[in-house]
Amino acid sequence: MKVTGAEALFKSLEGEGVDIMFGVPGGAILPAYDPLIDSSVRHVLCRHEQGAGHAAEGYAWATGKVGVVMATSGPGGCNLVTPLADAKMDSVPLVAITGQVPTPVVGNDAFQEADITGITMPITKHNMLVTRPQDVAEAIREAFHIARTGRPGPVLVDLPKDVLVGETSWKWPDAVKLPGYKPTTKGNQRQIVEAAKLIMKSRRPVLYVGGGVIKAEATKELYQVATTAGLPVVTTLMARGAFPDEHELCLEMPGMHGNYAAVMAMQRSDLLIAVGARFDDRVTGKLDGFAPDAKIVHIDIDPAEIGKNRTADVPIVGDCRDVLTKLLAELTKRQDAEGGPPDRTPWRHQLAAWQQEHPYAYEQQPDGPLKPQFAIQKLYEAAGSDTVVVSGVGQHQMWASQFWKFNRPRTWINSGGLGTMGFAVPAALGAAAGQPEKRVIAIDGDGCFQMTCQELATSSTEKIPFVTAIINNAYLGMVRQWQELFYQERYSEVYLSYDTPDYVKLAEAYGAVGLRAEHPDEVEQVIEKALSVTDRSVVIDFRVDSGEMCFPMVPAGASNDEIITGPQGLRPADDPAEAPIA
Amino acid sequence: MSTLHTLSVLVEDRPGVLTRVAGLFAARGFNIDSLAVGPTEEHGLSRMTIVVDVDRKPLEQVTKQLNKLINVIKIYEHEAGDSVERELMLVKVRAEGEMRARVMEICEVFRVRVTDVTHKTITIEATGSPPKLESFLALLEDFGVVELARTGRIALVRGDRGIRERVLKTAKAAGAEDRPAWDGGGV
Repeated sequence: MKVTGAEALFKSLEGEGVDIMFGVPGGAILPAYDPLIDSSVRHVLCRHEQGAGHAAEGYAWATGKVGVVMATSGPGGCNLVTPLADAKMDSVPLVAITGQVPTPVVGNDAFQEADITGITMPITKHNMLVTRPQDVAEAIREAFHIARTGRPGPVLVDLPKDVLVGETSWKWPDAVKLPGYKPTTKGNQRQIVEAAKLIMKSRRPVLYVGGGVIKAEATKELYQVATTAGLPVVTTLMARGAFPDEHELCLEMPGMHGNYAAVMAMQRSDLLIAVGARFDDRVTGKLDGFAPDAKIVHIDIDPAEIGKNRTADVPIVGDCRDVLTKLLAELTKRQDAEGGPPDRTPWRHQLAAWQQEHPYAYEQQPDGPLKPQFAIQKLYEAAGSDTVVVSGVGQHQMWASQFWKFNRPRTWINSGGLGTMGFAVPAALGAAAGQPEKRVIAIDGDGCFQMTCQELATSSTEKIPFVTAIINNAYLGMVRQWQELFYQERYSEVYLSYDTPDYVKLAEAYGAVGLRAEHPDEVEQVIEKALSVTDRSVVIDFRVDSGEMCFPMVPAGASNDEIITGPQGLRPADDPAEAPIA
Repeated sequence: MSTLHTLSVLVEDRPGVLTRVAGLFAARGFNIDSLAVGPTEEHGLSRMTIVVDVDRKPLEQVTKQLNKLINVIKIYEHEAGDSVERELMLVKVRAEGEMRARVMEICEVFRVRVTDVTHKTITIEATGSPPKLESFLALLEDFGVVELARTGRIALVRGDRGIRERVLKTAKAAGAEDRPAWDGGGV
């Protein structure tokens, strides 16, 4: 059967089981938009390629499937740079398809030409420029295979216009041929035995759970290991929901703005069992001072993560689910032989004391300014744990992670590694497209919101509704907080304003419902109204206290032992040179 | 103590592979001392010999990151003594009048070839181990080096086997994983 390269593209996407994709058309990718009309793949027309990219990410986070985004050459591809970098950092499976100028003029500075494979090389797991129509199917097959297997990540396929137009005979490749790509998925049994031995000896263990556990669909296995062996759990920002917050073993989030008990548990631990986590600087604080007494069991599918920041005593390369399954069997065997896990009562008491002493805290005066934490907490109480929560980057992100209770995987979506402001609205669009039966709420900052709010138009025209709660403090709040703490309150270029734009009117202009709450006593009513709308998107403008800061906090570059628990516990302002914004 | 390490990297012969490899070194802040690329005994495979100036621990990180590149098939780090290492250089040196004979004499001692002679200069083709070339070059500097071109180091493991088998054996001895990460690589 004769097909064009563009037809081969869509037959390949269908072959990969793609049901929805996000994109923006343009010159070089035009030939691909024609067979789209006859394809079973639904295309969501976004207003900006960055929005399309984040939407594909949100879809992937929410469903576990590969997100697909399509854009044209030059500026189209360049606008995908941020989502691709974001997906690389957070291991999000993504396939990006870009148009390219025809092969005879590649390298000629043709109209809308950019060397997108060159540009995206360091921010993709892999990328390829296809030069013949007969290679399209193989390229797409490889792209999906690479994106979803091993440590997931973004793959870009660049398709010149003549490749899309040219004819070839259709053939779906039986298998991928990638001699240089064979991820290690099976954990080494001897190492797993070593890990089990350490766990059986440990008096102060902590399961340090990262996003890899969710990527590997290993949350059931994790739950069994934790509960069988009685291991306290911390879930990183990437892993919120991997283990239920409401479980007594859960210490919630560690790290720079993490739960005090989670931070201290890691600091005083004698054994960290890291699963699908990468000892990121936001978790470890100053590396030299991190968990000084702890031995390390490090389980990860990416060998390059093991030993990168902290030397592992027991390195285990493999898929988290495979390793946790084997670890559970080994632990069960040993516990049966020894009559149960070792007595860790003092450790449990210590953890409970920390939790009791320093819970996440804020004070909402009945007639005082609205506190951001109060708005988020009320939103949680009304919407519940089944909601998919998407956040941007900054204070609101930390408060959302702190005050929402996550009890299921894939109910928390955010930009972790890259810290991409503007992630929330488009990612919520993608999540809502992928999980139409679930309620999706974006908790966003006013700064973030303004970077990508054009996708509300997409939400309206494509009928993909979700709620956006803007935690509007009129500032680039996290930057303001750093300037307050580390730059002697010299506020530089952080003020945005409460009322420009008017978020209610903006929402209405985009075809969404706009609501506002300025006082604590308005919050519940506004939330109730927002959640009653199901046929369109809603934007809530929560005008909150500008001065509220996010605590606990470990200053950048400091050891986790120097955790600040609140404004009262502040140390003298640090030298900015010692604590650069990074 | 020298922090120079020689890596042999087998890669798929695809457009952009050199950029991927070189870009990775740059992005992670490693200096490449020399880099030589060419075809191998197997069609479709290229071999890069990279000399990198780095301590042991960061080297491990860079080889792991290299392994993650889809087009990288195998990486082998040459240990001192286990490999034959060679480099080719072309050097044009000042050699007028009686100097010419003295340069020729040195060439004789080092067993290198003279490839071009003018009234003022001699051009020499020299191959050998890196220390030999360094000594040779040091002597020529007395006369005045006009121009120098070097290929960068290439290396082969001594013994019967190629690096593919060696890599497997080393990994098994280390016993870190069932299938070593650097066998096929990638994550």
